[in-house]
Amino acid sequence: MFPAAFDYRAPASLAEAVDILRQRGDDAKVMAGGQSLIPLLKLRFSQPGLIVDIGRLPNLAGVSRQNGHLHVRALTRHVDIERSHELKGLLPILPEAAHWIADPLVRNRGTIGGSLAHADPSGDWGSVMLALDADLVAHSKAGERVIHAADFFQGPFTTALRPDEVLTEIRIPLGSGRSGGSYQKLERKIGDFATVGVAVQVELDGGKVKRAGIGMTSVGDKNLKAVQAEATLAGKEPTDEVIAEAATLAAAAAEPKSDIRGSADYKKDVVRVFVQRGLRSAVARAREEGK
Amino acid sequence: MNVTMKVNGVEHTADVEPRVLLVDYIRTNLRLTGTHVGCDTSSCGACTVLIDGEPVKSCTQLAVQVNGRSISTVEGLSAGAAMTPIQTGFHEEHGLQCGFCTPGMMMVGTALLETNPDPSEEDIRWAISGNICRCTGYMNIVKAIQHAAAAQRAAAQAPKPEAVTAGGGQ
Repeated sequence: MFPAAFDYRAPASLAEAVDILRQRGDDAKVMAGGQSLIPLLKLRFSQPGLIVDIGRLPNLAGVSRQNGHLHVRALTRHVDIERSHELKGLLPILPEAAHWIADPLVRNRGTIGGSLAHADPSGDWGSVMLALDADLVAHSKAGERVIHAADFFQGPFTTALRPDEVLTEIRIPLGSGRSGGSYQKLERKIGDFATVGVAVQVELDGGKVKRAGIGMTSVGDKNLKAVQAEATLAGKEPTDEVIAEAATLAAAAAEPKSDIRGSADYKKDVVRVFVQRGLRSAVARAREEGK
Repeated sequence: MNVTMKVNGVEHTADVEPRVLLVDYIRTNLRLTGTHVGCDTSSCGACTVLIDGEPVKSCTQLAVQVNGRSISTVEGLSAGAAMTPIQTGFHEEHGLQCGFCTPGMMMVGTALLETNPDPSEEDIRWAISGNICRCTGYMNIVKAIQHAAAAQRAAAQAPKPEAVTAGGGQ
């Protein structure tokens, strides 16, 4: 298989990239690692007139801490997040989720920004960013625009990005209290799309939950945020009863479809179990951090 | 578009259409057919090559994306008649049945031992988790990589022969 013909540009700078997109954005697709886009091109589900390859732009990869936020540059590869010792201590949900993405070969090329901009409802990073209440930063000729994760995903493979914009960075608030997170995923085999995935992040204040974030993978037409479940946790001690109630609310908010990976009812129940497991694990990690 | 890459240490330059996949460039243009096309949908890993030492699926990479980089294919493993520890491991442990997945498995094994000379069984199974063996010969593939790791470690620890100077030494 090979893609339909397209023009190809590999700009040398972000300024050049957004210049190209301003002129030809409607007809162009931005490519980072290409691990989601190239299969779509080969199957001809996507037939852009122009590929703008930003995969080798300078200064668009890496992780740093600034003003209480973790800044993850868009071209940071899954493998770099998976192997980062710094992130294992700082935000363990990130390396944990990275470990579950596709397979090791794909993780060597795929990037966090590319995955988020691709906005596959079965994508893992979207749920993680919803749980972390991250901001996504887009660049265009007009400058920088910050989009909250909750506003970013609009439907299957559809985001708030405009055709003239490039996703350049993800900014994750680190919180002031003790925090912990966890990513749970069920897949039939490595490399398959998730049957269900759940991302959970909690921040504790004393014995109580200050903030909880829950994102869900493969159970809707986009990554879903379990808003009611998050709200019921806030201000409460994370007892077994409170966790069970949040899990039930999250399962109710999930909108899975029955398919070869399982029935809708089954997937809802997996959400319930994963939210429970994830919350227990996240709370334990948050308590550990305070010691 | 003009693309230059080093493949197994040899520099190649060609005018390549942007939509040409790396695997097709390697197999068709360079006539290196050891890199296989299995699923052609990024699922099986038969097309695995190393890009600057890292294993990647060459069916999910455009040739233009690797302009200026170094590629290693299965043909680059052995220098002349001498087999690398990975190749010897697959030979000794019968790490193949039909052989279709073998080039990809050996490239992944080669990259693993480069970064992790003493991998656990789980490390090996994780490393090959993006490569499918339709014969399901995974047990022997794991053993083959373990064999290679042990051989490579033994070679690294073996005392080096003293340098022979001109005229036959002392």
